[in-house]
Amino acid sequence: MTGTREISYREAIREALREAMNRDERVFLMGEDVGAYGGAYACSKGLLEEFGPERIRDTPLSESGFTGAGIGAAINGMRPIVEIMTINFSLLALDQIVNTAAAIRHMSGGQVSVPVVVRMATGAGRQLAAQHSHSLEGWFAHVPGLNVVAPATAADARGMLWTALEHPDPVIIMEHATLYNDRGPVPAEGDTAVSLQGAVIRREGKDATIVTYSANVKKALAAAETLAGEGIEAEVIDLRSLRPIDDATIMASVAKTHRAVVVDEAWCTGSFAGEIVSRVAEQCFFDLDAPPIRVCSAEVPIPYPRHLEEAAIPQPETIAAAVREALRK
Amino acid sequence: MNEAPSAATGALSRENARAFLHQMLRIRRFEEKCAELYSAQKIRGFMHLYIGEEAVASGVMPELTDDDAVVATYREHGHALARGLPMNEVMAEMFGKAAGSSRGRGGSMHIFSMAHRFYGGNAIVAAGLPLAIGLALADRMRGQNRVTCCFFGEGAAAEGEFHETMNLAALWQLPVLFVCENNTYAMGTALARSESNPDILAHAQVFGIDAEAVDGMDVVAVNAATARAVEAIRAGNGPRFVEAKTYRFRAHSMFDPDLYRSKEEIEAWKQRGPVIHFKEAAAAAGVGEDDIAAIEAEIAAEIEAAVAFAEAAEWEPVEDLTRDVTTPADEATP
Repeated sequence: MTGTREISYREAIREALREAMNRDERVFLMGEDVGAYGGAYACSKGLLEEFGPERIRDTPLSESGFTGAGIGAAINGMRPIVEIMTINFSLLALDQIVNTAAAIRHMSGGQVSVPVVVRMATGAGRQLAAQHSHSLEGWFAHVPGLNVVAPATAADARGMLWTALEHPDPVIIMEHATLYNDRGPVPAEGDTAVSLQGAVIRREGKDATIVTYSANVKKALAAAETLAGEGIEAEVIDLRSLRPIDDATIMASVAKTHRAVVVDEAWCTGSFAGEIVSRVAEQCFFDLDAPPIRVCSAEVPIPYPRHLEEAAIPQPETIAAAVREALRK
Repeated sequence: MNEAPSAATGALSRENARAFLHQMLRIRRFEEKCAELYSAQKIRGFMHLYIGEEAVASGVMPELTDDDAVVATYREHGHALARGLPMNEVMAEMFGKAAGSSRGRGGSMHIFSMAHRFYGGNAIVAAGLPLAIGLALADRMRGQNRVTCCFFGEGAAAEGEFHETMNLAALWQLPVLFVCENNTYAMGTALARSESNPDILAHAQVFGIDAEAVDGMDVVAVNAATARAVEAIRAGNGPRFVEAKTYRFRAHSMFDPDLYRSKEEIEAWKQRGPVIHFKEAAAAAGVGEDDIAAIEAEIAAEIEAAVAFAEAAEWEPVEDLTRDVTTPADEATP
């Protein structure tokens, strides 16, 4: 990026929302507490005053109802942004997302397009306990017909929204709740829109490939810092998109480093990380010098006490340990 | 499109009577043919027949314009035909052929036609309701005065989506006509066994939505109630709810052994069926036996042509399996 300014992930989203609303009158935001409350994570703070209650539309607690309504509005010419407060509550809207948004293009023989954007906050790390700490991104990435992205940086949070709104099909934007305060560079001027696709190498290295997404990108980078002090150069890949997956970037890296560590805050069993490992095994088997390693959450509903929650989810130390393990073999 | 003008103004003209009778018989014979074809394994999967309920779709559709929208359920063949989807395409869809209304990809439960603003076809009970209010929300936000008509069964009134939708429709005063086709059975479960309050109208009225019940076997009554509701919606008075009391003469689907109702009950309803019910009124309006014979002949020819069309139509090549899932990256952004 030439010419940048530093803003928070939250500010990036707010700017992106404001820009989208100004650029296209079909765009509107709907969800619980997006208006008068200013957004559960303050992403839409101030927007109600700026754009009014029709376009910054507070909804009742009706995830299925308002997500379905967003889908219908998108089908009929609007460009809604449906904010489901967190991925934990998205389970109530899963039918509308999976059985309508994802499927209707195909079921209708290509007639119906659903240009809806669904944003949701995800993840653990704030002692919110089992029902408010899910990482179910993989469930959405599982479904053909959906596009799923997980911006890990302010620049991606800033730039993915407009591209998502232009997409004729559903795009789910996963925003890890621990990222909102993080500051990062965004373009100082000009077009901020970024592609929804393509993984990015956030740190180059030759000794091991760490593949991850969302809040684990910064944890992987912290692990890479530590490892560099030990003479181990880890390459960190930020997937950015969970559906579709950028195989090419992953495999080029693994072909170079011969070791793969996949970090995912989901539980290991049936995880999205398992999908990455499968692809690496299928496409890079003979490039590997060690079995791929997954660093995922422990098989336990996320517990409340801080020390237990920290032990349950991936940490820089456990990521670094996995890389060392991969190199030991 | 549908050529039956509204009968809401009172006296039933011969033209209107003929049109209503034609539509109901057309749906009836189509469904009977589908049952035959299903037994012959030309149609597979789940298939839900509208036999006995024809008066509802036939009475409602004439009140909608081409510009209005229709959302229906998995029991939607009659709605699709009454909405004006060509019978050839609907039959080809039942067969799974590429010439079908959804290119064969959906089958019986997923008939779509954007050209007719017919948004399916839905296999999840009550899932069409949020979709319908979304379509209506877009119309409202864009200042387009048109109606979204959402059909569903009384079983949907138990789903959370139903209550969420009623609330949202009333809260946002959305231009939706909710048509509840109460045939008293949700698959095998009678309404009295599944609802603490089986008063369907109350389910809408509690949200402040004007609701009216009508004899779903009486196509003229359905038409008149629809006309009243649609007029109110077009005047900007918010959503409306019509409960059409009806009954299906066949089982829930082709798989249903129909063990949960008595033969006597079915027979009693058949005697009050929509066609039998209407033949008297139609005769009084001047539609005689010769007219009916001509109608049946016309319908038989249309169905025969549709079956031939479906039989002759091509299957989609397997190579095209993964098309129309999502827009490819290079086409996704302008």
